[in-house]
Amino acid sequence: MAVTVKTFASASEAAGALSLDRTARYLGGGTLVMRALNEGDVSISTVVRAQDQALTRIDASGPRITLGAGVTFARVLAERDLAFLHAPARSIGGPAVRNMGTVGGNLFAPNPYGDFTVALLALDATVAVQGGFGSRDIPIEEFLQARERQAGTLVLSVSCTRPASSETFRYRKIARIKPKGGSVITLAAHLPISGGRIAGARIALGSMAPTQIRARAAERALEGRSLDAATIAVAASAATEGTSPSDNALGSAWYRREIVGVHLRRLLSGQD
Amino acid sequence: MSKIPLQFRHNGRDVAIFVDGGTNLLVALRELIGDMTPKFGCGQGGCGTCGVLIDGELHLSCLTLAESVAGRSVETLDGMKQGPNLHPLQRAFADNFAAQCGYCTPGMLMAAKALLDRNPSPSRDEVIEAISGNICRCTGYEPIINAILAAAGGRVSA
Ligand SMILES: Cc1cc2nc3c(=O)[nH]c(=O)nc-3n(C[C@H](O)[C@H](O)[C@H](O)COP(=O)(O)OP(=O)(O)OC[C@H]3O[C@@H](n4cnc5c(N)ncnc54)[C@H](O)[C@@H]3O)c2cc1C
Ligand code: FES
Ligand code: FES
Repeated sequence: MAVTVKTFASASEAAGALSLDRTARYLGGGTLVMRALNEGDVSISTVVRAQDQALTRIDASGPRITLGAGVTFARVLAERDLAFLHAPARSIGGPAVRNMGTVGGNLFAPNPYGDFTVALLALDATVAVQGGFGSRDIPIEEFLQARERQAGTLVLSVSCTRPASSETFRYRKIARIKPKGGSVITLAAHLPISGGRIAGARIALGSMAPTQIRARAAERALEGRSLDAATIAVAASAATEGTSPSDNALGSAWYRREIVGVHLRRLLSGQD
Repeated sequence: MSKIPLQFRHNGRDVAIFVDGGTNLLVALRELIGDMTPKFGCGQGGCGTCGVLIDGELHLSCLTLAESVAGRSVETLDGMKQGPNLHPLQRAFADNFAAQCGYCTPGMLMAAKALLDRNPSPSRDEVIEAISGNICRCTGYEPIINAILAAAGGRVSA
């Protein structure tokens, strides 16, 4: 079935069009939207596009980095200053999907997808959105909790603070097919160190709930401590608290609960 | 619903067509331009046989909104051979038995070309990574990997 495609020069015009039409869907890289259209999803009657340069901008020079919503994973990988995001970007799809899929689209990708967003959640990213009435910044956790209600808002960009070193930010995606495959679970940890102790621990999990979530009990176990074996063991045993994984073709909910602590322990102890 | 005019470069030639809203590039190439080299496997991004190069980058034509290539350059397998001569990659695929049923071959060749255009002497791991979005149900991949390495090594005469 043919749909109406509306292409706008500016992000604000596109945001206006989205806020006025509940059946309109924004087209990022299209890896999920086009798939839905190919499958005959009749809930999409209008597709909105924006050709605004601002949406594909990368600002990676300073301590705080900003990625336009339309930035692809291939572009993240081409940017030397974004080395801390290379592991999550590389873990997505094959090369064609990385050339097409965007950072903005990943925020909306349902399980087993949304791997890049797991990394952004652990980095306490901020999501800049534009609705019918101007733009605002939302903490990513709040954004994800209200994701179902985000229809009609346009994501402009995401920003986060660059981690202090490669040691303080870690990422791990568990997949059955290598080098490509959907996530069984995905984990990211941000462990800023102050005076030899962890201050502001963030552990984010993918495929452990309907959206990406923080493992707060594990974060509490790490807070104010040094990253020794005993602390890691307590954090790993708390990894399932607050999670609600589902069964899918890649793994059962039971399996996900069984392995999340194991992989969190390996991630925290720096094992492969 | 009215048709949308669309112009782009197809294997170095300017083309102009009319598409329905929401048409994907694979349908536009096969049904409106008559280039049957990109194949339809899944329409979901999962198999890679619809792969084409857009401005030199590997994309899945089944997941590309046709309108989005306006003014851009699209390369398909049909543009790979130079006159009567096979491209070195095609020659290497033939010599290394890298095609059995041949259904995955267009996507494999485009993925391989995207790699070699950027990285003329890739490692085996880089070749595996480059075709990781392409499914082959016949060959077991080894002959394909060997063919791409052979083409890169220049061991195959063009
Ligand atoms: C073969 C294949 C393999 C894949 N593998 C992975 C994987 O390993 N890991 C992974 O995380 N994902 C994977 N994906 C899913 C997907 O490609 C990525 O999640 C990608 O980031 C989605 O981005 P997109 O720009 O293509 O989204 P689109 O399809 O353009 O959009 C997806 C959703 O997000 C909305 N949206 C997009 N941009 C915006 C914006 N700026 N503002 C508001 N709404 C927006 C759209 O309206 C739509 O609802 C895979 C997909 C395929 C086809
Ligand atoms: S037909 Fe496009 S990836 Fe399978
Ligand atoms: S040769 Fe048959 S699918 Fe690859």
